Amino acid sequence: MTFLKKYPKAAKVAKANFIVAFIALSIGGLFGFIQALHRTDVFRGFINSGQYYTVLTGHGVLLALIFTTFFIMGLFVWGVTRSLDREPENITFTWTWFWLMVVGLLLATIAILGGLVPGSSIRAAVLYTFYPPLQAHPIFYIGLALVIIGSWMAGADWFRSYLKWRKDHPTERIPLLSYMTLFTMLMWYVCTVGVAIEVVGLLIPWSLGWVTKIDPLLPRTLFWYFGHAVVYFWLLPAYYVWYAILPKFSGGRLFSDSMARIVFIIFLILSTPVGFHHQYADPGIPLGFKFYTMSATLLLLLPSLMTFFTVIAGMEHGARQRGGKGYFAWLGKLPWDNPPFVGCALAGIMFAAGGFSGIINASMNINIMIHNTLWVPGHFHLTVGTAVALTFMAVSYWLIPQLTGKRLKFKTLALIQPYAWFLGMTLMSNAMHRGGLAGIPRRTAEPQYQGFNFHAVFGSVTEIRWQIAIGGTILLLSLILFLWVIVGTWLKGEKAEHPVDETIPEPLSGPEHTPAILDNIKLWLALAIILVILAYSFPLWNLVKDGIFSPGFLPRPS
Amino acid sequence: MNLRVIGANKTIDPQNIQNTNFGHPGVRKVTKNGVAEYDVYIKAMQFAFQPGTGVPITLPANAKVTFHLTSVDVIHGFEVVGTNLNSMVIPGQIAKFTTIFPEAKSYGVICNEYCGPAHHVMEGKINVIPKSEFDEKYLVQ
Repeated sequence: MTFLKKYPKAAKVAKANFIVAFIALSIGGLFGFIQALHRTDVFRGFINSGQYYTVLTGHGVLLALIFTTFFIMGLFVWGVTRSLDREPENITFTWTWFWLMVVGLLLATIAILGGLVPGSSIRAAVLYTFYPPLQAHPIFYIGLALVIIGSWMAGADWFRSYLKWRKDHPTERIPLLSYMTLFTMLMWYVCTVGVAIEVVGLLIPWSLGWVTKIDPLLPRTLFWYFGHAVVYFWLLPAYYVWYAILPKFSGGRLFSDSMARIVFIIFLILSTPVGFHHQYADPGIPLGFKFYTMSATLLLLLPSLMTFFTVIAGMEHGARQRGGKGYFAWLGKLPWDNPPFVGCALAGIMFAAGGFSGIINASMNINIMIHNTLWVPGHFHLTVGTAVALTFMAVSYWLIPQLTGKRLKFKTLALIQPYAWFLGMTLMSNAMHRGGLAGIPRRTAEPQYQGFNFHAVFGSVTEIRWQIAIGGTILLLSLILFLWVIVGTWLKGEKAEHPVDETIPEPLSGPEHTPAILDNIKLWLALAIILVILAYSFPLWNLVKDGIFSPGFLPRPS
Repeated sequence: MNLRVIGANKTIDPQNIQNTNFGHPGVRKVTKNGVAEYDVYIKAMQFAFQPGTGVPITLPANAKVTFHLTSVDVIHGFEVVGTNLNSMVIPGQIAKFTTIFPEAKSYGVICNEYCGPAHHVMEGKINVIPKSEFDEKYLVQ
């Protein structure tokens, strides 16, 4: 039985989430292309430089916050339903959180796009980090708050399913897909507390004029309390795909179930108390806490390396099943002509490169070399922009047939798409990293100045600009291919009894070898909360003891 | 150039900036243990550094220089291009760091945090000149 036939209600919810995600992806991606041409001065005809920041806000919010969150919701609805073998407990509740998130997204998007209408008072050119005293229209903050509240309800939905399932299965291990969902959502609850307090407690009252002044460092710190964990909220669903599904794409089996669980536990514990590494260059944050954060951040390399080895072991197993031999020759036996496999594998390779530049970001002293330069978006276009986004696109080629009951169309285009993304990102990202080393700032419409010129450490600034523009163009073409394949499949795909092989093989080392303590949700959540308190209580107390809104500054229109 | 990552320093009351050194920003000379050192007070605002934009900051080479930065409106960045001098400038906070410029050279300064619609024009200049050529006229009066 296909997923669609077995769980029609969940399939509908998952599809609705994917539709929103793909619309956000297409608009956000187009904005990225416009920026790539604008800031490199290749073509500045789409927008003027003042509007650049509205487009940049749209790019960040629609991709980093909306595309990711909605895609993750769809993916988790699919995984929880399938692995617990239950439809959502109360479908009205499920649709309520979906529509709440949609209303939130529309409010935020209206606020952002208002900035492109001349004379509009509805604006939100505050970028996706929305640091005050720059102020957006209140509906921007209210919209973001609704998206977060909706996502909390979604998490509650899955916990409810889990508890119901637990009643019927008192001794069974939590199925891996649900386990990864629950731990990701626990981490999400821990980290979104910060941004919820920031948005609901400080920014909404302030943008409505109920309080006039704001202390800029406090909301900034609360944002980064959330702002690094959010990258793991994007990444863990990619890990979910790499652990649970990628071994199948490669013709193999997951190497170790316990390894996957341990990795998710480490992320739950360490994702949030690392936010200060985005504030190494901030005055007002004590040095000792920056150091503590650096240590925790470097510890986070461990679960990523564990993932790297475990996932590759699963892939190698697959390749050897297909007749692969030798130390490295087996790599050639992997299904390099299968779009979902190619997308996930190339995403993984890019993530390794992103990990290296991440180590530099995480290191206190060398971070200062690249802080707020083009290096930083160069880094996260490898991580969220490829490891996450390309994995999501790749797994869509496998999920959309399950959810629509239709065979994937345009398989050749679907195969070209991940290779094109990889090529475009290689050009754009290497150039952005090198541009950052030359000191070229991020988030700037025209990084060309009157009084001096940038000097590239290697290559030239002109060549860097062209690689960014060409890379960004290839990425847009790749995105068009993706949308073409998905929309084509959805609308014109051929109906089939079994449009895709939905089975997921058992792990080589399954849950029967997994220590029971790994499923102790309360223990790991408690540990996560303790580490957060250690990292944040003193610095936050320092910021609020002189008054929550003091030292206070007046808002500035964005 | 030596630079330590900045930590907590003092906060500043936005109503009282006029009564602090930021009310008369610029380079000040202090003598510590018989050696001349320099304090530079810089005020960041939409879309200029004062001094730095318009009037360059002139400093002597091979002398200890301590930067003090604050903002009077929104969050800015302060990046001396081609060096590891890079700090956030946050309203209400004072960023403080010390360095020595080893040679006479001119540096571009940019704001590297988005600060509003003309963010991309916010730039300044530091002219480092030989110690022997540095005199009182470069200090704040």
